[in-house]
Amino acid sequence: MGDAAAFAADRADPMVPRVARVRRRRRDGPLVWTLELEADGADPGGFAPGQFNMLTVFGVGEVPISLSGDPAAPDRLVHTVRAVGPVSAALARVEPGGAVGLRGPFGAGWPMAEAAGRDVVLVAGGLGLAPLRPALYRLLAERERYGNVVLLYGTRSPDEILFRREIETWRRRLDIDIEVTVDHAAGDWHGHVGVVTTLIPRAAFDPLHALALVCGPEVMMRFAISALRDAGLAEEAVYLSMERNMKCAVGLCGHCQFGPVLVCRDGPVFRFDRLRGLLRTKEI
Amino acid sequence: MEGLERIIREHPFFAGLEERFTALVCGCAKNVRFEAAQYLFHEGGPADEFYLLRHGRVALELRAPGRGAVTFQTLRESEIVGVSWLIPPYRWTYDAKALELVRAIAIDAACLRRKCEADHDLGYDMMKRVMPVLVQRLQAARLQILDVYGSHG
Repeated sequence: MGDAAAFAADRADPMVPRVARVRRRRRDGPLVWTLELEADGADPGGFAPGQFNMLTVFGVGEVPISLSGDPAAPDRLVHTVRAVGPVSAALARVEPGGAVGLRGPFGAGWPMAEAAGRDVVLVAGGLGLAPLRPALYRLLAERERYGNVVLLYGTRSPDEILFRREIETWRRRLDIDIEVTVDHAAGDWHGHVGVVTTLIPRAAFDPLHALALVCGPEVMMRFAISALRDAGLAEEAVYLSMERNMKCAVGLCGHCQFGPVLVCRDGPVFRFDRLRGLLRTKEI
Repeated sequence: MEGLERIIREHPFFAGLEERFTALVCGCAKNVRFEAAQYLFHEGGPADEFYLLRHGRVALELRAPGRGAVTFQTLRESEIVGVSWLIPPYRWTYDAKALELVRAIAIDAACLRRKCEADHDLGYDMMKRVMPVLVQRLQAARLQILDVYGSHG
């Protein structure tokens, strides 16, 4: 997570947005859009896999969106957004050439340094694949540094599979195991059907020498963590990306407080043992 | 028969099965195969067999008005197809269709139930094997019902 701190530290005033232009916009599923941004006249800097930006639609509002692009190409600031609220829906409608506000990158990313030399299991649910994709780009770019790399991805139905063409390309590689499952399907789907946790017992990793990176809806992550524990993985080897109501993104406003932690500043990626107990607490 | 015993012993569903029980189960077992798109059983039919998958995948389907067949789970080698055989009224509650060539061991459920009634140690052993499968499928169904990948997920 060291590089995440470096990327966050060199911004003069993290509360002042820069102007960015939408370079490309692509539909990636029902209500899901991927936007490629380019910051106006500024050094693009860089970002760590797992970090997020605050994106503003002028006159509408600001939302936290994880970076979903390749950390080796920091001039292309790629974000994948589901158009479900007023701001995310407005963001998804910004056409190429349109301007948005951009603050970031913020937060602690995936533990790429700790993953070196170990098997890495990525468990993604739904849109949770987006914050994991930069980690996957890094793992594949430095493939020799890691043991087995396994991606287990579950989503609602075949037409909601995110980054489908890219998954098909990755699947053709011989140095990564990819399993995709959907919750339900019609007869024309020939892949797996069932929840993503059912893929974990069959995944090829050594639980004593593996790290798991988990991202998806909180309920799905709870079940995934339970299945990873059943597979022999220690809680200290499980990392998850949390989503809360981030506003300032720098740990000042407290909107994203989650028990003793602030998700924007201390996360969004946490080692599971730090959140143990909190995930089952209804009041927070 | 020895080959069948070995296959049953090595199937994960029967992992650690006592030798005396293996012989009892084996007496109710036979090799079967299903071609792609062939149905193993249909909803509402008598649950008179269950299957230890050795090769190939099976889709569990429900029919919904206006939607046709909806697959809610696929199973593959080392898993079992069918849990209703141990629970009255012993009727299937979904369709099971081979997605490709399927090779399996079919266990005659009525035969095994009779042996379970006669030897409650065997019955208890079978319950302990079926219950985890039921619980896993119940948990999976809960996640599916929650529709966690929807906009409220």
